[in-house]
Formats: sequence, structure tokens, C-alpha cells
Amino acid sequence: MAINPIAFFVFGGAALAFSMMVVLKKNPVASAFSLVMVFFCFAGIYASMNAHLIAILQILVYAGAIMVLFIFVIMLLNADEPTFDLRRTSNVVKAGAVAFGLAFVVMLAIVFKKSNIIPLNAGFSSEEVIKLGGNSKVLSQLMFSKYILPFELTSVLLLAAIVGAVAMAKRKTGKSS
Amino acid sequence: MDQIELIAMSAKIALVVVFLLQVVPIMVWVERRGSAWMQNRTGPNRVGPLGLLISLCDALKFFTKEDRTPGHVNKFYYTLAPIVAVAPSFITFAVIPFASSINIDGHVIQFQIANLNVGLLYILSVTSISVYGIIMAGWSSNNKYAMFGSLRSTAQMISYELSMGLSIVGIVMVFSSIELGQIATAQGATLLQLGPIAIPKWGVFVQPLGFLIFLTASFAETNRLPFDLPEGESEIVAGYHLEYGSMRMALFFMAEYINMTVASAFIATLYFGGWQLLPGMTFILNHLGLEGMGFEWARVAFELASFSLKMVFFLWFFVWVRWTIPRFRYDQLMDLGWKVMLPLALVNLFVTGFMIYSGVI
Repeated sequence: MAINPIAFFVFGGAALAFSMMVVLKKNPVASAFSLVMVFFCFAGIYASMNAHLIAILQILVYAGAIMVLFIFVIMLLNADEPTFDLRRTSNVVKAGAVAFGLAFVVMLAIVFKKSNIIPLNAGFSSEEVIKLGGNSKVLSQLMFSKYILPFELTSVLLLAAIVGAVAMAKRKTGKSS
Repeated sequence: MDQIELIAMSAKIALVVVFLLQVVPIMVWVERRGSAWMQNRTGPNRVGPLGLLISLCDALKFFTKEDRTPGHVNKFYYTLAPIVAVAPSFITFAVIPFASSINIDGHVIQFQIANLNVGLLYILSVTSISVYGIIMAGWSSNNKYAMFGSLRSTAQMISYELSMGLSIVGIVMVFSSIELGQIATAQGATLLQLGPIAIPKWGVFVQPLGFLIFLTASFAETNRLPFDLPEGESEIVAGYHLEYGSMRMALFFMAEYINMTVASAFIATLYFGGWQLLPGMTFILNHLGLEGMGFEWARVAFELASFSLKMVFFLWFFVWVRWTIPRFRYDQLMDLGWKVMLPLALVNLFVTGFMIYSGVI
């Protein structure tokens, strides 16, 4: 999809300028605000390429999620008392939970793989996508049929990263107190 | 875009902006009179008929007060924060359909400013960025009470955004669309025919649990009581807008009331059929004896009235709840969000999936 050069240079230039500010600002909160602006510029570029879904997801996922970063920056991982202590749980339960989770992922993948795969004859041209019902429909159908296993595994990977981050944060506060 | 479409577009934008600006003083009056009514007081009744002009006086007061910037704030972000708080509330309304379409000389005019094919996601993403105004205000004020207020608000909004998003997924599954116009149109179908009474396929009838979760979450998202934790006179004074005065303070209030309006419009669109006519209105419309364009315009007027009535009811509901239910403690709020609402939203998702799979809906 062709992009209007004016839109590209305006949003691209602004994205570069704000990215510089992310690095150069001394205050972490101010650089986080600049990072949000960078994501908005990206969303602008996507929107001017008629990829509205990607633009909206850019704002929803990235700009929205930076909020969490803010909280961490400001509170400096000042974690509270854990309400659920993992150390007290037996190894059998832990292993069972992991096995159940993985089995669930595999089951989802098998179920979704069976659903109808939309015919993409001529690859991802914009005309083809519009003919099949628009960006969001094609993307979600492909994501939940052909690419279900990579999609599920990516979410598991992200979950693992979150658990790891929480575990590391907890250990740090445990040492200092 | 030719002349008719240009005129229609300008008229729609003007209508929405003027409406959203006017809703603020009227809701302030409703809030004050409503609370007085519920507490057996009189409320403001001196300025104008029924005290209606009191909001005008409030606005004048805000405009004429000294606009003072405290010395210890981060000036750039301090000035920016009220604007960032109020702008998202205005732009959300752009995708909400307030009536169906009308055909003027071959031009189909939709009563919706922007017909995005990702309308629902657009509203969710704008809601997620509306937190920035609050955190910006709290952080740039350089005041510990303001900071606590904005942190509370952010944590609260992020927690409830999850269950809000999950409850919307139920609606998307039932109507298989993320375009608000299509969702509103799909709700015109009949769900059950009980003799002469037809129960429409409104979101609230197919997603009752999802509706309750969404309603509760929208109270938390708009920072209204009983989830009014970002402010608290006895704990953190005025919360995130502690260091603000005059019109800048008023902008935060405007943001709150406009968010309320948008939330009401959103509830009406997703769960109460949007512009679908209220029961009985179809009967009146068919017996008015109008034909051709007259009938079409009457239909649009009735749809607009239905949508407005639904929205006004939920605006009143916000006020009603505020003066009925006491506020939560902060840990109760978090427990409710993570341990009750989120599991319930997931259960709702499973039940909806099962019902669609077995062909009930």
C-alpha cells in the first residue's frame, strides 16, 4: 500500500525526534511520555497506510501498556506482601499446573486448527484482503486457524516473561528488607 | 466528498461537540439537585428556574478566578495534563452511532462521525490513553498527595480495563463484529417471541453477566463513586488535581462528566440496542401517517430520541449510584477487580462460547 510522502515524513520525523527525547531526557517519567508519543507516530504511519487495525492495536497494546511501566518506574518495584506463597505449594501441584497449562494450549491449538482456513489465493494484496472482509477479519481468522500454535506459544512466552519479572522483583525486595 | 456530505459531516461534528460541552453544566446541576432530593435537602434553587443557572455561575467563577501555577511543579507537563485529560473524552464519541442512516438525494448519511471498521477497539484504546492526563497531573504536581491520587487512579483503571475488555469480547462473539454500527443494527433482531411481546436481541438479554461486569467496570474507569478512590478528602485531599485551580481544575471536572456521558452512550450502544427504537415507538411511528422523506426524518428523530433516552437513563444511574452506595476501601476495590470481576468475566466468556457452539444464541 502506497503511503502519502508528507504523512510519512511528518510522522517519521516526529517519531525520530521523540525517540531522541526518550534517550536524552534525564527524567525517566519524561522519557516514558516521549516513548508514548513515538508509538502514536507509528500508529499514524500505519493509519495512513490504511492498516487501521494495526494502528489501533499499536495504541491499545503499546501506548496503553506503557502505563504499567509508569507505575513500575514511579513506585520502583515497591512490591507488597504476596497473598499467595508459591514456596508452600508442593512440587506435584506446581508440575501439575504446568502440565495442565501446556495441555490446554495444545488442546486449543488442535481445536482451532480444525476451523475453516480462509482461502488466500493471491497473497496479501490489499484488494485480496478487502475482498475477504477487511483487515480485522482476515487477521483474526488467520491468527486463530493457520497460525494458532505460534500465537499461543508467543502468549505463553510473554506469560513466562511476566512471571520471571515478578520473581526477580520479589527476590530484590526480599534481600533489602 | 461533495456538498451534502460536507454539510452533514460538519453538522454531525457540531452536534456532538456542542452536546458534550452542554452535558457538563447540566449534569452538575442534576448531580446537585439529585443528591439534595435523595438526602431530603433543597439543593441549589435560587439562581434561575429550579436553580438551573447555578452551573452558569460556576462556569463564570472558574473563568474569572486567578490561574496560578505553583512554583514547585514541572511547568510543561503541568500545563499539558488538563488538555490530555479532556481530549480523549471528546474523541471517543466520534465512533458512537446515535441513529441509523438516512438517504438524501442518493447520499447515504450515517449518524456517526467516523465509521471505523475497528470502532470497538478504537474506544478501548482511547480509554487506555485517557489515564495519561491523570498520571501526568499527579506526577508533574510534585506533591505526594497528588502522586498517590494518580497512582491509585492508574492502578484502578488498568485493573478494571481487563474485565471491561473481556466483557466486551462476549458482545463481539455474539454479534461477530467490532463495528459499532453493525452491533447496533444486529440488536434489532428478535431473540424471543412471547405471544405479542417480542424481546429484541439487545446485548443485555444475551449477555446479562457481561453487562453487569461492564457496568461496574465503567464506574471504575470514570472514577465515579463507589470507586472514587483517586480523590479522598480525609486521606489524600483532592488527589491528582490538588495543585490545580480555576479553569484547569474545571477541565478535569469536564473530563469526568464527559467520560460519564461517553460511558453511558457506550452502554446504550452495546447492551441496549443503541438507536433501536424503544418498545412502543415503532407503533407510534407507523400510526403518524407520514410517508416518504417525512417518514424517514421522523424515524431518525425517534431513533435519536431512543438513543438519548437510554443514554440519559444511564447518566442518571451514575448519579443515583453515587448517592446510594458508600465508597469502597482501596484494597476492597482491588480485590473486587482481580478476584471477582476478572474470574467472572472469564466464566462469561466460556459460557458465551459454549452457548454459541451449541447454537443457543
